[in-house]
Amino acid sequence: MSETFDAKAHVTHMQALNELTIEDDWRPEVEAHITATKKAADLLLSFPLDDAEEAASVFVP
Amino acid sequence: MTSFDSIQADATAIADSVKTTELTATHTATASLDRIKQLNQALGAFTDVIETKALSDAQEVDRQVATSAYLPLAGVPFAVKNLFDIEGMSTRAGSKINRTNPPATADAFLVSRLKSAGAILTGGLNMGEYAYDFTGENIHDGNCLNPHDTSRMAGGSSSGSGSSVASGMVPIALGSDTNGSIRVPSSFCGLFGLKPTYGRLSRHGTFPFVGSLDHLGPMARSARDLALVFDVLQGPDPMDPAQADKPFLATTTELRNGIEGLRIATAGGYFRTNAEPEALAAVDAVAAAVGASREVEIPEAARARAAAYVITASEGANLHFDRIRSRPEDFDPDTRDRFLAGTMIPALWVQQAHRFRSWFRDLMSKMFEEFDIILTPTTPFTSLPSDTKTITLAGQIMPARPNIGLFTQPISFIGLPAVSVPIWLEGASLPIGVQVIAPAWREDLALRVAHHLQEIGVAKAPVAAL
Repeated sequence: MSETFDAKAHVTHMQALNELTIEDDWRPEVEAHITATKKAADLLLSFPLDDAEEAASVFVP
Repeated sequence: MTSFDSIQADATAIADSVKTTELTATHTATASLDRIKQLNQALGAFTDVIETKALSDAQEVDRQVATSAYLPLAGVPFAVKNLFDIEGMSTRAGSKINRTNPPATADAFLVSRLKSAGAILTGGLNMGEYAYDFTGENIHDGNCLNPHDTSRMAGGSSSGSGSSVASGMVPIALGSDTNGSIRVPSSFCGLFGLKPTYGRLSRHGTFPFVGSLDHLGPMARSARDLALVFDVLQGPDPMDPAQADKPFLATTTELRNGIEGLRIATAGGYFRTNAEPEALAAVDAVAAAVGASREVEIPEAARARAAAYVITASEGANLHFDRIRSRPEDFDPDTRDRFLAGTMIPALWVQQAHRFRSWFRDLMSKMFEEFDIILTPTTPFTSLPSDTKTITLAGQIMPARPNIGLFTQPISFIGLPAVSVPIWLEGASLPIGVQVIAPAWREDLALRVAHHLQEIGVAKAPVAAL
């Protein structure tokens, strides 16, 4: 899935959404980092988790 | 007054000498401060040196020793990563931005614990900005260097903790470990470093990074010091919402039990294919020394590491969102671009990572029904030359900064306790750590193995020859 990921478009979209400043010379690194994170996420999303598997939480009401 | 060398001695020996009045706390504090003055410019370990208060605290310890007060760390100099609150000082957390914050109004919980035990705080230590680092490099305060070879990294993000202890400025230091930030500098600087179980020690009064993964712990030149300090650090604190309700675990008294009865295995697969020869040799040397003949595969370790990566990027970016949006130019470029990218992560990815965390915890819990200890390399290699930007592992070129912690990340991801044990291979000019991993809440087992390895001479943590 990472092969088809358009990091430039994602960063441009999220920059506007989050009202971020990203100078031109920072952009390649930001795109590289979100690409690496997408690759990590692909690895996770391709793993079959049981529906009963819940996130561990420390929240105590 | 004495021939005792408080620079070479470990904390246990120092405390014993102060308690028996062979040595005074004033003497040990002065020796530590002199050593800091002598070496800090070259190493960049301390960002803040506390001199006047340290000496007055030492005098107070001497007065208390004279009244036979119970002080297990009497006269032991220590320092803390500068994300720990120190009363009267701004907690910079390795950043430019936070150093203009108002001064802390109280010491961090763990700093107070050490002081109450008679230890003397001599300052705050350099670190990677906001703890998002494995190198020890910091654009604001200068790079923290490795005392065993000053052309190389101390490792991070608890870089000053590693450099200060390995150079003999202090016998013990506190660090934080979200993905490996105690264990990596322990490996690079040749120290014993303990990352306790997640939720064991209070983090109150420290600047966070990733609340669901943040741990605090000690670094030292002996395993018995880790145990001594860990025993002092434990205690309930309602101010840390993640602290678990667990009874005190005595570890110092357990060290004498050695490795008898422990079922010890080495990890294969992921933990061998990504390791350089020196890392494999170190694990093999430890395995041989403790009779660990079985190799086990930890399934899905790469996914565990990926999940820790996603959670860290997202949760860290959330913490710093206002700062990264309003003052991006004031960040270290090496962390800025990662935090910016971290604001762009879909919630779906993060939730999957948290659910995988539960799955992986259960898997490892089952593995520990069969074993008491699992060994891995702490880092894939020895300390890298400063300013190294990329590394090659298993034939793949990758960025250095996020990947030094390949072996530590899957373990802290599920909060297991681990001790990094320093190994000097024959003829080696640099140390490398072996990660001794125990089941949750069993720091005592990992410390027993570490102490045994030091007792038989397989592990050692000499003060660097500077």
